[in-house]
Amino acid sequence: MTEAQNRIDRRLAELRSEGRKALVTYIVAGDGGLENTVGLMHQLVASGSDLIELGVPFSDPMAEGPVIQKGHERALANKCSLRKCLAMVKEFRSQDADTPVILMGYANPIEKMGAEVFADNLKEAGADGALTVDLPAEEAGPLSELLNARNLRNIFLLTPTTSDERIRQITELASGFVYYVSLKGVTGAGNLDLDSVRENLARIRRYTELPLCVGFGIKDGASAKAVSADGDGAVVGSVLVSAVAESNDGAAAKDRIGTLVSEMRSALDS
Amino acid sequence: MSKPTSPIDYAAFPDDRGHFGEFGGRFVSETLISALDELQEMYQRLKNDPEFQAAFDYDLAHYVGRPSPLYLAERLTAEAGGARIWLKREDLNHTGAHKVNNTVGQALLAKHSGKRRVIAETGAGQHGVATATVAARLGLECAVYMGAEDVKRQSPNVYRMKLLGAEVIPVESGSKTLKDAMNEAMRDWVTNVDDTFYIIGTVAGPHPYPQLVRDFNSIIGREARRQSQEQFGQLPDALVACVGGGSNAIGLFHAFLGDASVKMYGVEAGGDGLETGRHAAPLNDGVPGVLHGNRTYLMEDEDGQIIETHSVSAGLDYPGVGPEHAWLHDIGRVDYVTANDQEALTAFRTLTRAEGIIPALESSHAVAYAMKLAATMAPDQNIVVNLSGRGDKDIFTVAAIDGIEV
Repeated sequence: MTEAQNRIDRRLAELRSEGRKALVTYIVAGDGGLENTVGLMHQLVASGSDLIELGVPFSDPMAEGPVIQKGHERALANKCSLRKCLAMVKEFRSQDADTPVILMGYANPIEKMGAEVFADNLKEAGADGALTVDLPAEEAGPLSELLNARNLRNIFLLTPTTSDERIRQITELASGFVYYVSLKGVTGAGNLDLDSVRENLARIRRYTELPLCVGFGIKDGASAKAVSADGDGAVVGSVLVSAVAESNDGAAAKDRIGTLVSEMRSALDS
Repeated sequence: MSKPTSPIDYAAFPDDRGHFGEFGGRFVSETLISALDELQEMYQRLKNDPEFQAAFDYDLAHYVGRPSPLYLAERLTAEAGGARIWLKREDLNHTGAHKVNNTVGQALLAKHSGKRRVIAETGAGQHGVATATVAARLGLECAVYMGAEDVKRQSPNVYRMKLLGAEVIPVESGSKTLKDAMNEAMRDWVTNVDDTFYIIGTVAGPHPYPQLVRDFNSIIGREARRQSQEQFGQLPDALVACVGGGSNAIGLFHAFLGDASVKMYGVEAGGDGLETGRHAAPLNDGVPGVLHGNRTYLMEDEDGQIIETHSVSAGLDYPGVGPEHAWLHDIGRVDYVTANDQEALTAFRTLTRAEGIIPALESSHAVAYAMKLAATMAPDQNIVVNLSGRGDKDIFTVAAIDGIEV
């Protein structure tokens, strides 16, 4: 991989040229045991995930619904931290040189580490970008610059409530892909409105060529296929976090998320 | 910490992005930005609208019962032995605390926004009661999020909210206190942003909340300023107020920030003592970080996780503080000190016995520090203490500490 070619850009470009949709999967680092996360990441890839969002646990995950919120609580009870998340990415990278990995979390752990140290560590661990849920465009400038300077991508959220003017501003700052939040609500909510998704993706498309991946409210292969019809991919989180929670051990968790991800992969490719 | 070299125009803060120096701002998920923009636009328009101000003033006078008296506490002064202690009696407001100043203001904004539902978070229940009260008055649906731990220790206020028609939702996540209630209220707002107005109870949260809550509460200081001139012919030498999120303190301080002769003390909850780590004093023992939509001082661990706080007062049991206080702390305009649980309980008893006024445990922190401060000052000097709320809600907590079943 050349320096100019970030894994996120490369993977999403490949998928686009093949006419396929991206399957983006999210799990919380350290949930289900610190020692099991890297194995789960490999399982996600083996079952057909194109891109992994690794959730960095935070004590106050305000944008998460109950399922992912509890995942954060379990991970913190397992003593997971941003530092350990970075170590997990590094370990994952030692066996997988291709799959893009994004750290997804909240601003305060990054602030505590120091944005520049974070950007350096992210690069060094072999991650490809970051998504900071509570760092909207107005406050994200400094971190964006640090990430850009290291050829890392800064992923931004757009939502049904984002105005056209903001879509323009945010897409100017965004890189990698745009994460479209399909509904007004927290993660895991169930009120998916496909007409609204279609209209808003068309609205966003007027402002950017970046791939558009759609998340929130995706429960299975059918909903993944439906939301990604007008976009470039689907992001799946809560159902996977539930699967980890419902498993007794690392092996069971791998089986369960493997089955779920395979089903979604088939649906997206069908 | 350095003193400012040139006079600061305090009224010019926050800036148009909601920043007080490096503090404040808007750190929320994208879904909420349009609602915050809408609120900011509406507030900017209404804040200078004479009709809106007249409606607010009318409500403060006839519904809240303002102005609240400035009362010379002679026997308390004698006990402390030093400067005269004056109490700004916010405990006499309708609903029994300063919180109602803000909820009356935000209720007017909610009415203008046309939304049918209001939500709030609450610690001790004072803000929840004040919100449920204005919601009842306006016929709005109301949901109040409250940490499960606080639901237990503040049962009288929980019942009051229910009587007022509000739904009280106990929050079981995290430390089950105010910070978790605020997370849950934010989640509700994200989900119901089209028809719900979030009435934040303190000078924290994303811009424009710290500004508008401050503006609605700054009536306290404007009155205290006028009353000081009338009652003792000069400005106070010192102001003292307790600081959890900091709305009563900024309410008292704001009108005096430009008066260099007026010293100001914000009293944080020292809990079991700063040295134990079991306290709620982020300005004394915290670091800048990002939580609940703003950058401010926070209590957190070495990984940036927010840690559990402790205070005998549910209303002060919060790991953050309003961003304007963080800024006033850094520029050295206000001294932030602490009173621990024991000192607050002693002050609670002292004021009750000396003056026949049962203060909220929050306010008892301010009283405790004011008595200490008064002893170091001359008898012809004047301290104004914000008595932010009354203690009815806290008598069960104090009784339990005394081993008495009420």
